Amino acid sequence: MILDGKVPGGPLAQKWEKHRFDLKLVNPANKRKYKIIVVGTGLAGGSASASLAELGYEVKTFCIQDSPRRAHSIAAQGGINAAKNYPNDGDSIWRLFYDTIKGGDFRAREANVYRLAQVSNNIIDQCVAQGIPFARDYGGLLLNRSFGGAQVSRTFYARGQTGQQLLLGAYSALMRQVGMGRVTMYPRREMLDIVTINQKARGIVVRNIINGKIERHEADAVVLCTGGYGNVFFLSTNAMACNVSATYRCYKKGAFFANPCFTQIHPTCIPVHGDFQSKLTLMSESLRNDGRVWVPKDPKDKRPPTDIPESDRDYYLERKYPSFGNLVPRDVASRNSKVVCDEGKGVGETGLAVYLDFSDAIKRDGRETIEKKYGNLFAMYEKITADNPYETPMMIYPATHYTMGGLWVDYNLMSTIDGLFVLGEANFSDHGANRLGASALMQGLADGYFIIPYTIGGYLASSSFEKIDTAHPAFENSEMTARKQLDKLLSINGRRTVDDFHRDLGHIMWDYCGMSRNDDGLQKAQGMIQELRVEFWDNVLVPGKNEDFNQSLEKAGRVADFLEFAELMIIDALQRRESCGCHFNEAFQTEENEAKRDDKNYRHVAAWEFAGVDKSPVFHKEPLDFENVELSQRSYK
Amino acid sequence: MTKTINITLKVWRQNGPQVKGRLETYHADNISTDMSFLEMLDVVNEQLTLSHREPIAFDHDCREGICGMCGAVVNGRPHGHQKGTTICQLHMRQFNDGDTIVVEPWRARAFPIIKDLAVDRSALDKIIQAGGYISANTGAAQDANNITVAQNIAEKAMDAAACIGCGACVAACPNASAMLFSGAKISHLALLPQGKPEAARRVTHMLRAMDELGFGNCSNERECEAECPKEISIVNIARMNREFIKAGFSSSVE
Repeated sequence: MILDGKVPGGPLAQKWEKHRFDLKLVNPANKRKYKIIVVGTGLAGGSASASLAELGYEVKTFCIQDSPRRAHSIAAQGGINAAKNYPNDGDSIWRLFYDTIKGGDFRAREANVYRLAQVSNNIIDQCVAQGIPFARDYGGLLLNRSFGGAQVSRTFYARGQTGQQLLLGAYSALMRQVGMGRVTMYPRREMLDIVTINQKARGIVVRNIINGKIERHEADAVVLCTGGYGNVFFLSTNAMACNVSATYRCYKKGAFFANPCFTQIHPTCIPVHGDFQSKLTLMSESLRNDGRVWVPKDPKDKRPPTDIPESDRDYYLERKYPSFGNLVPRDVASRNSKVVCDEGKGVGETGLAVYLDFSDAIKRDGRETIEKKYGNLFAMYEKITADNPYETPMMIYPATHYTMGGLWVDYNLMSTIDGLFVLGEANFSDHGANRLGASALMQGLADGYFIIPYTIGGYLASSSFEKIDTAHPAFENSEMTARKQLDKLLSINGRRTVDDFHRDLGHIMWDYCGMSRNDDGLQKAQGMIQELRVEFWDNVLVPGKNEDFNQSLEKAGRVADFLEFAELMIIDALQRRESCGCHFNEAFQTEENEAKRDDKNYRHVAAWEFAGVDKSPVFHKEPLDFENVELSQRSYK
Repeated sequence: MTKTINITLKVWRQNGPQVKGRLETYHADNISTDMSFLEMLDVVNEQLTLSHREPIAFDHDCREGICGMCGAVVNGRPHGHQKGTTICQLHMRQFNDGDTIVVEPWRARAFPIIKDLAVDRSALDKIIQAGGYISANTGAAQDANNITVAQNIAEKAMDAAACIGCGACVAACPNASAMLFSGAKISHLALLPQGKPEAARRVTHMLRAMDELGFGNCSNERECEAECPKEISIVNIARMNREFIKAGFSSSVE
């Protein structure tokens, strides 16, 4: 099936405005008659919940943490892009659009990305009005920095805590609506299933994490904002509770999953140091503005970094990419770290690390300036590693960070299930095969503040809804299926813990479906995942009972989904007979070892339809038409 | 340098808000000093699980000190003894071989225990609901640079806004007061021009909510400031008090 992205006609710059006019409106007095469920309270879910409630809809919002303020958007450090052009350095909506689509290696939908660039400026206005304490110049105006390979300074930031501040802004708007009684908040709930009635999303089934109670909630539309699936790699920069379950269970109910193999490995993370490790910590990409990446030229050189003279260092990014240097996009920087480490030049105890050195920047700008820019990051680094980055170079290595793939959505952000909208990292829409720095915050807030309030109105106004309640058999079925799985997990009583299985899965994915992939490895991984999945359902040990605060049971459900989803990632990676962005298949590379796209055959979105757990999913594609940009080989030389 | 240590843990175990709790003793052997405190608890939990005993319930999420979900009292101090650090960023190199470590949940009337080390902090959300926001509906904003904020003011607002809402200040306070938490939010918004129109209403409503939710009052112990993982200053409490007095004398807010 060829998927229709429902992109409106007309010139690129006018599509969104025209579409907003074409969308039907819900009469202000009728809005309160519609119930909307929002799952997740990160930037996308928080901003969507608040904005929809402000319009007058009856909103029910769910989150997995104890408070909506804790969603993992909070950990984003670097900043948020917008095409304000305040620094007068040549930025424009068109340039932000072009950089984003090119950065994504031409695997995103033009119209979506252009709209994202258009609304980027409104986001900054909105956030300032909410009181986000962005960095400011002495004159009181907003400051910008250059970020993640952009050649203009378009990134707004609040120290190294931009995600936190933006999320607290959305959270405070949401709390305001909760206080006014327009949003009902359900924290500590995990979504177990989407309920569809007459081919429309009409509700969800959730588990109350505190007491294990299964709850049913009905609505006229469901907005899924449940983030990405980076934890399929076990170790990632994601928070511990990040999971694929909400999106995966929608996939099992008929929502197509798009480009699952597009996963971003971020170049600047604190290296892995032991088997007991539970997560990886990102060091903001903004560090590459002032830090220089290097390894010793000689693999045998084991001197401490400060004893290695300039002449014996290889600043490999500056050497290979003279115009972008240390600021090449994430996928390029990550792959190059892997290459030098594979050559034996890696540093640290494991040999899987490279240096990120601030000594030149400190010499040039003074310690105080560097402290002002990166103080909290340096302190965090020292806490974790016990090394002082003002005196000795940081050690960094790539780690899984973001997932560009997600549920397929059309221009209205609606999935292949009517009435199921997907926002933020949970959808696939805007970043193509590689996300640029400071674009995730922009997309989450664009979707929540400025897109869903329009498109959901269009859907509600042009659909008819039969009256239903939660006694409907569809709810009954969903609850039964969920209960059966929980009971099964508790009854196996095997010999291996949930984390043990998760860690194994992570190793398989990192080794064979990580920064660099090949057909043999992918095929091998597929078999290994299948075996691990069989063993899981035979030998997992989940203590306790369902009617309790049972964190092992929560994890078990998530890992069960990861074990199925991982195979979908492999299938997707095998399907794509090209390299693009973060998907690097060794068989498809240029002479300079860069990703080699096949625009003739693979200029499409791969969207998968569930066909059964041990059956091959059905492949669908959405061809990507580029009417406004010329497809070029990315070059950061 | 990485090494391994053996420690004895005394951990608070409690099955629910209404049941009696007790300290239980566990031995954690061969713990790498590179582990975080929570990774050490993970190891203990794996062992408990394999020996068919219930693992210790504790809240955590980002494990990089920003989400505010984690928190436990370690040897009598919220988030442990290392200054400016959440428990997820407290590393085992801060402890010695042979140490006995006592781990307890936050204790405050406003934070009922859910299980073991996990407590219900929804009262903090309720304080924010009472007024910890600027009323700015989506779409109504003017151009961001039409509002200028002096750099030093923006920095002070950011210092206050860095609060992660973990509740350590409440756990540290002998009165279980949420003054530092509330003061930080009130300061962040009152310092900025955007927050001024609602300042009187905000401080009045938030403080009333704090009282109603069962938090105590401030008696200048400064324990909150000493234990705050983000090192939020009690200057913010002073500023909140000024805002409160200002609201009482010169506004019509009830």
